[in-house]
Amino acid sequence: MEDNANGDAPGDLKRTPLDDLHIANGGRLVGFAGYDMPVQYKAGILKEHLHTRAAAGLFDVSHMGQLVISTPDGDVRKAALALEKLVPADIAGLGIGRQRYTYFTNDAGGILDDLMVANLGDRLSLVVNAATKEADEAHLRANLPGSIKVERLERALIALQGPKAEAALARLAPDCAAMRFMDVRELDIDGEVCTVSRSGYTGEDGYEISVPVAIAEPLAKALLEMEEVEPIGLGARDSLRLEAGLCLYGSDIDDTTTPVEAALMWAVQKVRREGGDRAGGYPGADVVAAQLKDGPDRLRVGLKPLGRAPVRGGASIYATESGGEAVGVVTSGGFGPSFGGPVAMGYVPAKLAEAGNGLFAEVRGKRLGVETCKLPFVEPGYRRN
Amino acid sequence: MLKFTKDHEWLKVEDGTAVVGITAHAAEQLGDLVFVELPEVGKDVEKGGNAAVVESVKAASDVYAPIAGTIAEVNEAIVEDPSIVNSDPQGAGWFFKVKLASAGDADELLDEDAYKKLIAADS
Repeated sequence: MEDNANGDAPGDLKRTPLDDLHIANGGRLVGFAGYDMPVQYKAGILKEHLHTRAAAGLFDVSHMGQLVISTPDGDVRKAALALEKLVPADIAGLGIGRQRYTYFTNDAGGILDDLMVANLGDRLSLVVNAATKEADEAHLRANLPGSIKVERLERALIALQGPKAEAALARLAPDCAAMRFMDVRELDIDGEVCTVSRSGYTGEDGYEISVPVAIAEPLAKALLEMEEVEPIGLGARDSLRLEAGLCLYGSDIDDTTTPVEAALMWAVQKVRREGGDRAGGYPGADVVAAQLKDGPDRLRVGLKPLGRAPVRGGASIYATESGGEAVGVVTSGGFGPSFGGPVAMGYVPAKLAEAGNGLFAEVRGKRLGVETCKLPFVEPGYRRN
Repeated sequence: MLKFTKDHEWLKVEDGTAVVGITAHAAEQLGDLVFVELPEVGKDVEKGGNAAVVESVKAASDVYAPIAGTIAEVNEAIVEDPSIVNSDPQGAGWFFKVKLASAGDADELLDEDAYKKLIAADS
């Protein structure tokens, strides 16, 4: 999740409901996907990253898109079956109060966006990436039957992530403590109904809280006043998700990468696979099925640089230290503060994808040794039980 | 003689050799450094040419040679522990020493007051 879109001109950036708070907290604001967003606060990316893994970090992710899909009679199964025409996950089988990761595909099996889908009992709620949210909404309106209502939610989205997130949020919404990873509940916070999911984009336990704009700032302030909670910018959000092996839309996955190549087939449940009751039926399903059967040409893998120099997105990958053509590309890379060294991921030929393979990535004209490895780089802290 | 460049390097010239580093302002803007690559001793550098690389969690940045000359010594301590650059950028966090090609070259660089005005205008 999360999109990679930098370089917006200042001046016509949209502001989230927490913009004033970011400025008051010393946030360094940059244009990101059309929004004025904090890339870091005074502590800096390294300390913000480590704080999130040790305690709790608060992230403003209000730039992301929030959509609701429903039918006039509140039949969530009907809405789910309609959505399954656009995504490969088992949505109809998603229990009430549960959430699941999936992606919109195109006819070539490429990924148009990745998203979270939650079953709220009488409707589905979707969280999509900021840079793609208008396109996603148009895609849903154009391709879902007329009987399915698509609504955009104008709400703030606050992520509270880290091992102390539960203790912090439970002071305001005690019922959050009983939730497990990927549960979704509508909880009363400060007299308003908020949609809370136990999920995130850091590899840590934590929550994403969809809140009415009116209480976004008071809620963020109340959380930030707690000893364990610090504000965290998009810089640390990126290093946290990279260590957790999570894809960044626009960098690690896009409309030219298939779920098979991206190693995201874990998000396609049995019922949607060959032999399942609702196999296929989404755009590009034939391409995905064929790749799954024959094996893809390339695969997304973890890449561990053997030296100390970070290897960043865009670096070409070679099979040998000199000569030869590039065989792959790094799609995300940087320094992993918790891992304690450089970390990266990218695409390599499937025959070279096995963990432990020695390859080379070109950085400033030099080929540096990297090793293919399993993802994630750090053990997740999800509350599964 | 302490001099500065608009690219946020400082240099202290003594006896035809300049000690070079990045300014406190640059270190703060870059954030916590996690990797430093220094030039080889004996390498000739052009004024404004790439001399070193620093990387934070988020990005890589070039450090330019503020003056032409030959690299006489490098500070391996900051390669071992890049955080020294953040904690003491204008002291223990120096990068390299350059034997100047021409002794007068440093005169035209910014003095401390001019550099302070430059960063005040930037922010």
